[in-house]
Amino acid sequence: MNREEIKVELLKIIDPYIDEKEVTTSISEQSDLINDLNINSAHLVDIVLDIEEKFDIMIEDDFIGKMDTVGNALDIIEEKLNG
Amino acid sequence: MSNKHRVVITGLGVVSPNGNNVEEFESALRAGKSGIKRWDNLEKINFKGQIGGKPDISQEYKEEHLPGFIAKKLQNHAVIYACLSGLEAWKNAGLDIAPGQYDRKTGLLIGSGALGLDSFIEHKIYPIDNGDHRKLGSRSVPESMSSGAGAYLNSILGLKGRIFSNSSACITGSEAILQAFEMIQSGKMERMLCGSTEGDGRYIWGGFDAMRILCSDSNDTPEKGSRPMSATSSGFVPSGGSGAMVLETLEAAEARGAHIYAEILGGDVNSGGQQGGGSMTAQNPEAVVDCIQTAISNSGIKSSEIDLISGHLTSTKGDPYEIKNWFDALDLPKDEFPLVNTPKSMIGHCVAGAGSIELVACALQISNGFVHKNINLEEIHPDILSILDEGKFPTDTEEKEINTIIKSNFGFGDLNCCVVLRKYKK
Repeated sequence: MNREEIKVELLKIIDPYIDEKEVTTSISEQSDLINDLNINSAHLVDIVLDIEEKFDIMIEDDFIGKMDTVGNALDIIEEKLNG
Repeated sequence: MSNKHRVVITGLGVVSPNGNNVEEFESALRAGKSGIKRWDNLEKINFKGQIGGKPDISQEYKEEHLPGFIAKKLQNHAVIYACLSGLEAWKNAGLDIAPGQYDRKTGLLIGSGALGLDSFIEHKIYPIDNGDHRKLGSRSVPESMSSGAGAYLNSILGLKGRIFSNSSACITGSEAILQAFEMIQSGKMERMLCGSTEGDGRYIWGGFDAMRILCSDSNDTPEKGSRPMSATSSGFVPSGGSGAMVLETLEAAEARGAHIYAEILGGDVNSGGQQGGGSMTAQNPEAVVDCIQTAISNSGIKSSEIDLISGHLTSTKGDPYEIKNWFDALDLPKDEFPLVNTPKSMIGHCVAGAGSIELVACALQISNGFVHKNINLEEIHPDILSILDEGKFPTDTEEKEINTIIKSNFGFGDLNCCVVLRKYKK
């Protein structure tokens, strides 16, 4: 799975957690999940669980804090998939 | 009375086993449509009573009517039903979904029963027992706390007044609406979205089946199982659902030109103290009579003004006792006694959801001028016929003007609640 394919799946996972659909049109790798996409911080753990299920990987708690932007989340998923 | 506000119903919402919204519910009530089905999974796990009522809410229906997060991610049926019925009532009242824009005199009260025991819990319990509690995610707490249904509903509406929940067994729904009424009547609140909810499935129903109080003789004829007031009543049929109402001061309703379904005149809540024949599971008859009479006097009416009793009447051996209590409380000659009905013959007993769903039925009957039928009442219980004539228990829906309805619910813990509704007149 290349980075672009992972991104497509990641955006599908994130979608239900975004209240304001207008922000979804402008998502980039720099988008901050909490500050730009206005995702409730409590839902970060849900997104991690959904990622784990989708990609069949395990993301330790230490990584959750590093998943602040879409790009950083992609880095972590790629690393886990390739590791 | 001059310092008390008149309180009116301006919005209705419902999710019931025989209708997913107010329009469907009203036509189901008029037609006598049952929402009770047999559930095969209950046979596999040795339930004696294998029938029950579950609202038929599809994924598409949720996505059409609820925000994406709630529609796609929440699993607790009690929460989903309450979000659907609450939003319907809010929109039906002509109010805007404008988070943070209503002042702190607008509040929300959604009661619940066994909210955390909904069948969603299997997805939560198994991971814990397998050592995977980290997989619970952020939703397990709000989806299992008693106030969770109201909390999720208010995540959509963003109201800022009193936001709370009550839990009082089978009176939860009528008590929620009565409590909201009292807060508005006294001036503490100007507008409340109020109601109650109950999920469904084996984890909620198992305990009742273990008590041998569910209907177990109609597994092959589920629509015939719920038979309130019948000579053959054999236990209640469990179900789930949610009812909701918007209540407002008459001034607030008039100021925005809202449609008024009915006025709430008053009511009462009491307990028999689990004394004098009352217990965890039975009502103290003196307290029931007192609750009914106090509700009538709090409402400033006479019992002779009541056109319709919407009873609790669960399809158990207790139904004749309930009728006897009504007869003693109203103290009217037989021929002047009001008509009696209950939606439970069609939708079963929605436990904590029952009172609010049944009060929606009452508001519809007052507003639209009809008395819905009782189904499965081919043979009225002889102890009831020894008190009243069969004509008081309609088995056909009647179109007629209804001015005053008294609604009761009675619950575990020897709890009683009574609410009086009247057709709105200036």
